[in-house]
Amino acid sequence: MPHRSATAALVTCAAMLAATGCSSNFGDDKKTEQDTGSKQHLTVLIASSGDAETKAVKEAAAAYAKQSGNTVTVQLAKDINQQLAQSFAGHKPPDAFYVNSDQFANYAKGGSLYAYGDQIKDADDFSAQLRTSFTYDGKLVCLPKDTSTLALAINDDLWKKAGLTEKDYPTTWAQLKTVADKLTKGDVTGLVTSGEYARLGVFMRQAGGWITNDDQTKMTADSAQNTEALDYVRSLLKSGSMKYASQVDTNWGGEALGKGKAAMTIEGNWLIGGMKADYPDVKYTAVPLPAGPAGEGTLAFSQCWGVAQESAHRAAAVDLVKYLTTSEQMLKNADAFGVMPSRTSALAEYATKNPDAKAWVDASAHAQGPVTVAGFEKVLTQFNTDLAALPNTDPKKILADLQRNGEQALTKGN
Amino acid sequence: MFPRTTSHPRPAARSRAGGGPRTADSPGTPDAPGEPGPAAAPRAKPAPRVGRRGEGIWGWLFVSPMVTILGLFMVLPILMALWVSLLNWDGQSNPFSTDAQFVGLDNYRDLLTRDGLDRTLFATSLRNNLYYVLLTVPLQTGVALTLALIVNQKLLRGRGALRTAFFFPSVTSSIAVSTVFLFLFQGSGAVNTALSWIGVKGPNWFNDPRGVLSLLLGGLGIVDPDDPSGALAGHSFLGLSWFEWLSGPSVAMCTIILLAVWTTSGTFMLIFLAALQDIPRELEESAAIEGVSRFQMLRYVILPALRPVLFLVLTLGLIATWQVFDQVYVMGQGAPGNTTLTPAFLSYASAFDNADFGQGMAIAFILLALILTMTVLQRFLLRERTPRPRRTR
Repeated sequence: MPHRSATAALVTCAAMLAATGCSSNFGDDKKTEQDTGSKQHLTVLIASSGDAETKAVKEAAAAYAKQSGNTVTVQLAKDINQQLAQSFAGHKPPDAFYVNSDQFANYAKGGSLYAYGDQIKDADDFSAQLRTSFTYDGKLVCLPKDTSTLALAINDDLWKKAGLTEKDYPTTWAQLKTVADKLTKGDVTGLVTSGEYARLGVFMRQAGGWITNDDQTKMTADSAQNTEALDYVRSLLKSGSMKYASQVDTNWGGEALGKGKAAMTIEGNWLIGGMKADYPDVKYTAVPLPAGPAGEGTLAFSQCWGVAQESAHRAAAVDLVKYLTTSEQMLKNADAFGVMPSRTSALAEYATKNPDAKAWVDASAHAQGPVTVAGFEKVLTQFNTDLAALPNTDPKKILADLQRNGEQALTKGN
Repeated sequence: MFPRTTSHPRPAARSRAGGGPRTADSPGTPDAPGEPGPAAAPRAKPAPRVGRRGEGIWGWLFVSPMVTILGLFMVLPILMALWVSLLNWDGQSNPFSTDAQFVGLDNYRDLLTRDGLDRTLFATSLRNNLYYVLLTVPLQTGVALTLALIVNQKLLRGRGALRTAFFFPSVTSSIAVSTVFLFLFQGSGAVNTALSWIGVKGPNWFNDPRGVLSLLLGGLGIVDPDDPSGALAGHSFLGLSWFEWLSGPSVAMCTIILLAVWTTSGTFMLIFLAALQDIPRELEESAAIEGVSRFQMLRYVILPALRPVLFLVLTLGLIATWQVFDQVYVMGQGAPGNTTLTPAFLSYASAFDNADFGQGMAIAFILLALILTMTVLQRFLLRERTPRPRRTR
């Protein structure tokens, strides 16, 4: 019955057009009307590391609300990447939110982030590497909310048992290998860390290499320096004095250190909180990572406080972020959940208060910030996958693949 | 685990030998048992249809709520997704405006023809899922059928308890089951401890990316899994070498397969059980009088009667296994070594982690095409053979 099916098709088409047309969420209005009232309502979306962080952020937001007259609602995200992507697509983003460094470039490129860096007078106070990471198109888009760096954590008991003293803390690659060999005995592995670039990358920095160039416009993965670094890691892995955390049935280096399966691990300052909560009796010392052929090198991580381009309360949201990133507030957060301040001035004060964290604080001077290029998530995930197979793979091949994948993403991303 | 599809192919009524269609017969006269019902009773003289046009309109009126709901919440989103699969869309603008760049079939090209990371990942996910389907579907169907035959025995004691026990995994949340499996299959977990009692050193299940086929071949000394050479390593398809295609599911993937078989066979057991109870007693009795053995009874009486249900179970299994997502999301997200990556998870990861919704949708549509092809193929293989001309003896 051609007549009837034609009618049906027509009706379906009409219904669809109506549905598409009626969905107001797909509106094209690029300029969001700004609310100028004195009592604004702000929503904040955070991905919390735990109750301590949630409480600290909520308290800070409440203090801001009292001071400014605005109201603030803090929401907890279960999966912040997915929730933000959804809210951007639906054009109803929260006013301020955490932005993970691996998603930063995607959001900035999509025009979802309001670049407020030029409104921050003392932006220079923030660590330079992190500012580079959160700069897009030459503009500082958002402020790093805190920072973390990597250092070498050592289990004191196992260290002593192997007949080592404080003088033996490794400062070169050769020394690291020697002590790792000495510490490896029975169930104990000398060095245990996760098999991913966010840990092994320190060796690439120490050899003088990195995944991209400084302004993240070119891939420098297949350099001789990177090959040297991975060759060194591979030799450690093959000798058995270094293992990945998953190989010793742990999820991360801190767990291996706490359970006594690892004598040393490469971890960030979040280790302080983790050890306190899970293994309060295990004594450990954090020392700077050994230097490689090109000197010292470590990695820094951070998230930034994003403000939504489509927020109707951008001015108030920036105001809130300013309040949340004062030195005073950062030090409060440091006390509450063990992150390090991303302001250099606050960091100095943090160092005097927390002498145990000296290795991590000192590391931030020469730390490499995270790679923030649009569409790079899958490239780095693949790099991590390849690194997990490093014991059986030629480092040159891994780096050549990374170079090729990264170049493709760069051409597509820019 | 049960598939999220809403339209199930119904088991056709024709399997019920003896039970004829309910129409076209004067009510009240039951079909004579054993006699083939007036199966294709032609409507010799249809009742005079009064107001056919009116009926059509009423018909449309009655189905319109469902048509509207399906159209609004299924057809429309599917068409929108199809459109997005042709865009380079980051999910942060209106896909129906000029903000999103139209790239034609580029997303599909990246996945199928253009050499690069996207194609390698997609090919890897296809390989993983293919092995997953090849192992899971026959295993779960076989186990389900066996379980159903066991609990259908009338002389079995405690049938109710057994049925409940076998069905239990199906009603448990797949996330919870996956988490429990994670603990069971740790390197020093319960499974490996049990294995060590009989002197076997179990692998580190969820961290073992080695393919079981390559392990097998390596064990036989045919290829060296660490350094494959020859034709297997030299040739490639979709960016993966033949060796990688043939290396089989990884140890980690096998664990997920085990989990899937364990959780789903209960559901399918229930479907088989319903069908088994639908087989008329007379059929079995007359077969018994003929003096068939138990195997013959199964082969020539029960299995043919189960054919439509078998088709249903295989189709549901095929669709569900090609869409496997939650176990992968909980148990590894592709790790170790991308060997638990599946197209459904890759589609999610491209869209939400890489802000490349176009590619995510493209993967989803290739998967759709794949599932449709497989189902059609399977329908063809399991078709009801046309009755052969009666043999003359």
